[in-house]
Amino acid sequence: MKLSTYNFLTSMAIKGVKVGFPLKLTIIKKDVVESEFNPTFVERILPKLDWTAVYGAAQVAELTEDIPAVQPENIGENEVLLQKLHHLLFEIDVLEGQLECPETGRVFPITDGIPNMLLNEDEV
Amino acid sequence: MARMKLRKLEEYLQGVDGFEQPKILLEQYPTPPHIAACMAHHMQAQHGDIEGRLVGDLGCGCGMLSIASTLLGAQLTVGFELDGDAVDTFRSNVVEMELPNVDCVRADVLQLAGSKWEKSFDTVVMNPPFGTKHNAGMDMRFLEVALHLANTSVYSLHKTSTRAYIQKKAQEWGARGSVIAELRYNIDASYKFHKHKSKDIEVDFWRFDISEEWK
Repeated sequence: MKLSTYNFLTSMAIKGVKVGFPLKLTIIKKDVVESEFNPTFVERILPKLDWTAVYGAAQVAELTEDIPAVQPENIGENEVLLQKLHHLLFEIDVLEGQLECPETGRVFPITDGIPNMLLNEDEV
Repeated sequence: MARMKLRKLEEYLQGVDGFEQPKILLEQYPTPPHIAACMAHHMQAQHGDIEGRLVGDLGCGCGMLSIASTLLGAQLTVGFELDGDAVDTFRSNVVEMELPNVDCVRADVLQLAGSKWEKSFDTVVMNPPFGTKHNAGMDMRFLEVALHLANTSVYSLHKTSTRAYIQKKAQEWGARGSVIAELRYNIDASYKFHKHKSKDIEVDFWRFDISEEWK
């Protein structure tokens, strides 16, 4: 699971959960997969990012030196930061770990790179 | 990434593993490599809807369409699939082909509308369950979700016999649908209840435009 995908995952499908975001991320095993840097695309995805989730992910991935806690203005002009965001969002691949619902504590396992967001019938 | 030629793309896709034991209830018909290659190639060559885009694949199965999108330069492709065996095969396909920029999430597609994925994908591509056996109308429920998740275009396959109905529903949902191609979709004798060894069904390849420009 890439951290760009993590930015979109919620537990809001659980009955009674209001926001279900950001999910609490735990990384047990991760890999780094090289991918071509496209500054235009990173810029285009910026409005879709939730900076709290992005910074949270950077903390768990131990990349906080790269990512500021508060979203700076004019990121588009900051190619160094765009490159670091690219690395964080598209090159870190979480292989084993878990996602936890902030409201109910329900755990979604990440196994072999795939988050399992499926719920049981009695949870929806 | 330089754009891959159609024939080369199809060659790569022939190496994608399919369902080990297709499940009837989930209508697990694989998308043939030839069809997947033609779809993805059209999406990129005619509309520029893949390269550098965020692409979603609903009911992605073993990843044929996700992988096709990735090979044509999608910035990130996310496949959604309910079935555990299919996601395992998806992952092994991706690992074996050493593809970056492609993810798979095990989830119920029908629960995605209204989530943070809403309007997040530039392009959604899918080969939905046609909704014939035990889950009538399933392809339309997938289409409705797809139109929620995409912000520019949705590409999908539907039975030709339902064309007029799909055109009408798409319009209701604020999309402009057009049939790009009529396909003869070959379903191999995947299941025991298929009496003939191989059976062709008529399928339309659709593009749904939901960008602001046409409205």
